[in-house]
Amino acid sequence: MAYWSGGLKMVDEQPNAPREEDGVVLTKEQARSRRARNIAIGLAVALFAALFYAVTIAKLGGAVAQLPPN
Amino acid sequence: MSDATLRIDDGRTPRISIAAPSDYFALLKPRVMSLVVFTALTGVVMAPTPPNLVIAFASLLAIAVGAGASGALNMWFESDIDALMTRTRKRPIPSGRLAREEALAFGLVLAGMSIFTLGLVANWLAAGLLAFTIFFYVVIYTMWLKRATPLNIVIGGAAGALPPVVGFAAASGELGLSSLVLFTIIFVWTPPHFWALALLKSDDYARAGIPMLPNVAGPDRTRLEILIYSALLAPIGVLPYLLGYASPAYGLVSTLCGVAFMLFAFATYRNREGDAAKTAARRLFIFSIAYLFALFLTLVVERILHLTAITG
Repeated sequence: MAYWSGGLKMVDEQPNAPREEDGVVLTKEQARSRRARNIAIGLAVALFAALFYAVTIAKLGGAVAQLPPN
Repeated sequence: MSDATLRIDDGRTPRISIAAPSDYFALLKPRVMSLVVFTALTGVVMAPTPPNLVIAFASLLAIAVGAGASGALNMWFESDIDALMTRTRKRPIPSGRLAREEALAFGLVLAGMSIFTLGLVANWLAAGLLAFTIFFYVVIYTMWLKRATPLNIVIGGAAGALPPVVGFAAASGELGLSSLVLFTIIFVWTPPHFWALALLKSDDYARAGIPMLPNVAGPDRTRLEILIYSALLAPIGVLPYLLGYASPAYGLVSTLCGVAFMLFAFATYRNREGDAAKTAARRLFIFSIAYLFALFLTLVVERILHLTAITG
């Protein structure tokens, strides 16, 4: 809700009204869904790395742990 | 759109997604994906040499993600008609939870990653086949055939039939006759399966302007085509046994299931009016899923038992 102050300037009385200099301010729902997506992406990347690690070991075979003879 | 968002100079409001991970998961068409994994697994175990379990698992995961990418790209392209059909209007794009561009980006990234991963963990023949499958489903079927001809699922069925070939290639590095037989079974199974659904959902397809066979040639012609394809499918389903890729147990299961499929198709052909027609089409649709599951499960089980026996 806005009102006219002593002069001719309109003042917004909402204390939490978004200001342009704040940039994009997320709603709770937007912040919650973004966090959930970030967690999902993080898990997917971790699984992807683990998958490639397992495949690498499988392709190298059991001899990967053996040291070469001196 | 919330009040608490910045308006940019030209008056547009930047769209901030509220999509949850479950919305992205829904883009993958999980039920289709599970069928793809199952048929690809059949292709993997049909390979002549026992596959490494880690490589087989990673290959199946890549094939599953490739199938999911196809689903996401399909939903990106078809969001207009998805909004018109009761069966699909709750999907993430028509329900407003996801933007089309998000689905497109998601699908393209997953498609690229799945092909690249399959090439690295298995071989590039399998990766090429997976790329062709995605291309065939998205471009040939979704963008072209589906809205152009009542033969859409007859030709487009090739996309759904390819996963066993991809799985076989991933495990063996080659194209085998046994995987081509599995391809043929799914290819011939697809039309009666989808036409049974189209008989039940013909209003939906008509509203969306999709030329499914019941809407173009009529329900009676569709029932005749279902009967013809079922008569073709019954002997083709027995081929793995006849060609020596499966045991007599599979031969028995496939023969009995083929006969049952024809009986359900014949019931659909005979019952043309009212609730009896709908019931017959619904039973055929449900049994068609059970048919494919029974045949492929029998193959997987007996092949795993065989591989377990020879590897000790």
